[in-house]
Amino acid sequence: MEVSKGEILRVAGPVVTATGMHARMYDLVEVGEEGLMGEVIGIEGERAIIQVYEDTSGVRPGEKVVNTGRPLSVELGPGLLGRIYDGVQRPLPVLREMMGDFIRRGVSAPALDRKKKWKFIPSVKAGEKVSGGGILGEVQEAEHVVHRVLVPPNVSGRIKEIYEGEFTVEEPIGYFEDGKEIKMMHTWPVRFPRPAKERFMPDVPLLTGQRVLDTFFPVAKGGTAGIPGPFGSGKTVTQQQLAKWSDADIVVYIGCGERGNEMTEVLEEFPKLEDPRTGAPLMERTVLIANTSNMPVAAREASIYTGITIAEYYRDMGYDVSLMADSTSRWAEALREISSRLEEMPGEEGYPAYLAAKLSEFYERAGRVRTLCDKEGSVTIIGAVSPPGGDFSEPVTQNTLRIVKVFWALDAKLAHRRHFPSINWLNSYSLYVDTLRRWYEEKVAPDWGRMREEAMRILQEEAELQEIVQLVGSDALPEEQRLLLEVARMIREYFLQQNAYHEVDTYTPLEKQYEMLKSILKFYEYASRALQSRVPLEDILSLKSRVELSKVKYEKDYKEALKRIEEMMRKEYADLGVEV
Amino acid sequence: MIGVKEYRTITEISGPLLFLEKTEPVGYGELVYITLSDGTKKRGQVLDTSKDFVVVQVFEGTSGIDTGAAVRFTGETIKLPVSSDLLGRILSGSGDPLDGGPRIIPEDRWEITGSAINPWARDTPREFIQTGISTIDGMNTLVRGQKLPIFSGSGLPHNEIALQIARQAKVLGTEEEFAVVFAAMGITHEEAQTFMKDFERTGALERAVVFLNLADDPAIERLITPRMALTAAEYLAYENDMHVLVILTDMTNYCEALRQIGAAREEVPGRRGYPGYMYTDLATIYERAGRIKGRRGSITQIPILTMPGDDITHPIPDLTGYITEGQIVISRELHRKGIYPPINVLPSLSRLMDNGIGPGQTREDHKQLSDQMYAAYAEGVDLRGLVAIVGKEALSARDQKFLRFADLFEDRFVRQGREEDRSIEETLELGWELLAELPETELTRMDRETIEKYHPKKRRKNGDQRS
Ligand SMILES: Nc1ncnc2c1ncn2[C@@H]1O[C@H](COP(=O)(O)OP(=O)(O)OP(=O)(O)O)[C@@H](O)[C@H]1O
Ligand SMILES: [Mg+2]
Repeated sequence: MEVSKGEILRVAGPVVTATGMHARMYDLVEVGEEGLMGEVIGIEGERAIIQVYEDTSGVRPGEKVVNTGRPLSVELGPGLLGRIYDGVQRPLPVLREMMGDFIRRGVSAPALDRKKKWKFIPSVKAGEKVSGGGILGEVQEAEHVVHRVLVPPNVSGRIKEIYEGEFTVEEPIGYFEDGKEIKMMHTWPVRFPRPAKERFMPDVPLLTGQRVLDTFFPVAKGGTAGIPGPFGSGKTVTQQQLAKWSDADIVVYIGCGERGNEMTEVLEEFPKLEDPRTGAPLMERTVLIANTSNMPVAAREASIYTGITIAEYYRDMGYDVSLMADSTSRWAEALREISSRLEEMPGEEGYPAYLAAKLSEFYERAGRVRTLCDKEGSVTIIGAVSPPGGDFSEPVTQNTLRIVKVFWALDAKLAHRRHFPSINWLNSYSLYVDTLRRWYEEKVAPDWGRMREEAMRILQEEAELQEIVQLVGSDALPEEQRLLLEVARMIREYFLQQNAYHEVDTYTPLEKQYEMLKSILKFYEYASRALQSRVPLEDILSLKSRVELSKVKYEKDYKEALKRIEEMMRKEYADLGVEV
Repeated sequence: MIGVKEYRTITEISGPLLFLEKTEPVGYGELVYITLSDGTKKRGQVLDTSKDFVVVQVFEGTSGIDTGAAVRFTGETIKLPVSSDLLGRILSGSGDPLDGGPRIIPEDRWEITGSAINPWARDTPREFIQTGISTIDGMNTLVRGQKLPIFSGSGLPHNEIALQIARQAKVLGTEEEFAVVFAAMGITHEEAQTFMKDFERTGALERAVVFLNLADDPAIERLITPRMALTAAEYLAYENDMHVLVILTDMTNYCEALRQIGAAREEVPGRRGYPGYMYTDLATIYERAGRIKGRRGSITQIPILTMPGDDITHPIPDLTGYITEGQIVISRELHRKGIYPPINVLPSLSRLMDNGIGPGQTREDHKQLSDQMYAAYAEGVDLRGLVAIVGKEALSARDQKFLRFADLFEDRFVRQGREEDRSIEETLELGWELLAELPETELTRMDRETIEKYHPKKRRKNGDQRS
């Protein structure tokens, strides 16, 4: 591609106008004498409008702009796992080596390590014909992750030579018959979804170890979930919990316009935590994208695309990938800021009219697919939303709700009383509940669906009764209803509340979730019978087994604990003269 | 060349903005000097630059400027002369000495916009700071390198609380005192006096740098005051290995200045007229708190803001809360009840609390104790609403206990003296004492071992000799 030069006409914050460099939309350009990284995002006649991914202070009209002729792309190949990048895939550790503790501008570094050698084992032979997305061979990228080296999606040909051995990502591992080199690395433009053969209905849950999610509002592998909530309600903690404990093969975590310290926390914690399935450090299956709130806003806009493209790449190898974006609202604000500098016609609350389209394009990149290499892979997207003033009627929340299939509504009121995760069980929903029911009933227990429904019914009834209590006090209710209120409290406190910082409570295997909820419902069943035989409610509520139930979540050896409690429960009820 | 040439090509003056044409190429963000016909000098900064025109925001306001004023571009962005001699000095909102002291001889000149800390270079803040205030130490713990704002309302004692924190803050086991960088934006002379008097009384001034932009100082200058202050703080923290506590007050005035610029530029406003980029702009201030790997010093930020109409959903507290690592919320209701410090713990939060508490820092029961007190107080407060409707008699015996807990909590745990410096042990013991009023079966936030070990009744039974 021909490189052409132009000249800056105007600089206003992150938006630069230039002329004379034969720009096409989304061309990557180098802006000014320092060669700041930018992208063409608008063309008006001779003028190109460029968003610049670095601070533009001091940049002057008249300085040069060089068009690389390439679109903004990411590097894909072995060596992505365990790394941390900024929004345009610059490796942050390398940047620190090059320019110290603060991010200065005008410095670039390749995303993939150019010196590291990987042991490549081919799975194709000379003479074979390969096509886009096909598997060329394997590299052991991490202890438990095999990196399948793929033919770039838009390439095909007959292999002339292919070698086994130690290579860097740039060295040829073979040649096509037409003489083209084959490498372990390729690039892909971030704004274009990577192709797949076919899309399936997601029908397997992404298990998270979070009780309220797995039991009540599950997301499917390849599905989409939105998690809106006011500040401090638990979006980040929930997303980090998913990044830690969800049963995905690969996790892409995007800190999009949020806090620096939150990324540091992940960086410190993940290498020490073990993947519950493999025992390997969690960091080895994780890719981090950190474009914090104080980093350039245009790179924040790009970070989402950088992340999703990396996620699709691992999907294309046949992996289940989950992607967390914290927060999509900051991404939308970046869009808004750039749009307003372009003096585009503002839509609702100043957001550009294409906000909805951009959001759905992004979430559309989730899905469960048959890959070009005939494997099954998925990308699950979980996006945090930060509505101003916690008001869900604002455009980003509303547009997200129209797209995602799972809605985890965080509630400030619950957070204030330290009910965590503060997911409101009445407002939240999962459209996957019915499709996933089969899976749960096959893999966990045949009465799963019924149990979930009963617990949900109790919680809903509680909400209705609470309205009456607000008027007359709980003492005015009949005993059965007061019992229901107590059981609802048990479901809330013993089951729904889950402390992310408690060693045991932080992760609950599905089977434990089932057993816990079942015991609470059993208590309810016995208690109802006891009421019928005229046992006073106060006596039921002061049973020791009830207190014991509240502690099960902290028990590692829950089976043993539940067995003990169940015996205790039987005995206590029998002592009250109830048949059990 | 640049820096020498003066232009008299102002074509338009609009609010705090100047529009010029026919200049040499001017850099975005450049510092600008404006000389009025009467010789007065003002400073400004380039907001938009092109071959045809340049837009400059003027810090001291545009009054007195006419199209004949001379404009000089300096070719560089705004810098603060930094030196360890800054300690003990009182400066204006744009960094000029106000205390009659000598000019500061710079060891270096640092750009005030600062650069983002590379997330890879950050170190997680985790050292517990004991402020001596129970509602903070016990339930919203501050750690070194955190940004924890105070959300207040007009007429509430946020300044007293900030001062009490500044006086009492210590990291247990170290003798090192905090250096204080204090930035005032648009506060009254009287408020500023409160701070200065206290600094003098306690000798804190020697270890403080003060930047003052008062209510009658130029409004647009407020946009650079916090950045000046943070640049000074970074110099002290990262070049002189100091632990710095930065107090920024009042961020509401800062945001008003930001709104004024947005309006003058005829930008499409965001919520309630504040610019759409206010989140990002505030982040470039608040994110300058933190710790950096391999460096000794740290920056802890306590921004103060008054919520217009006591409304926590107003864009200023809202966007702040989305950036900072929690918030301490001052309550008018508690203040009316005569409780000092009137901190409402329910909407308050310290997100870094879990890093700073537990064995080795405070005590192993700290987290559970705090969670339990939150839950119990929240329940008690809810019940108050019910009592107002149905009367106390309609409450169950259980509920009455929670109601009483809420009262005790406010009266004994929240309330404390202005000079009362409670140790963390005292705070935690007080918490247990109050929780012991509730039936043990209600302590659902605690595991068995914690109750066995720390519950006052158990300890008495177990013959614990804790002093
Ligand atoms: N599951 C949980 N267990 C225990 N504590 C939690 C949990 N979820 C949230 N918290 C508490 O709530 C605090 C705020 O949560 P978090 O930082 O996730 O909020 P957020 O919604 O991301 O806020 P913001 O929009 O400002 O980023 C945490 O610091 C933690 O103290
Ligand atoms: Mg968050």
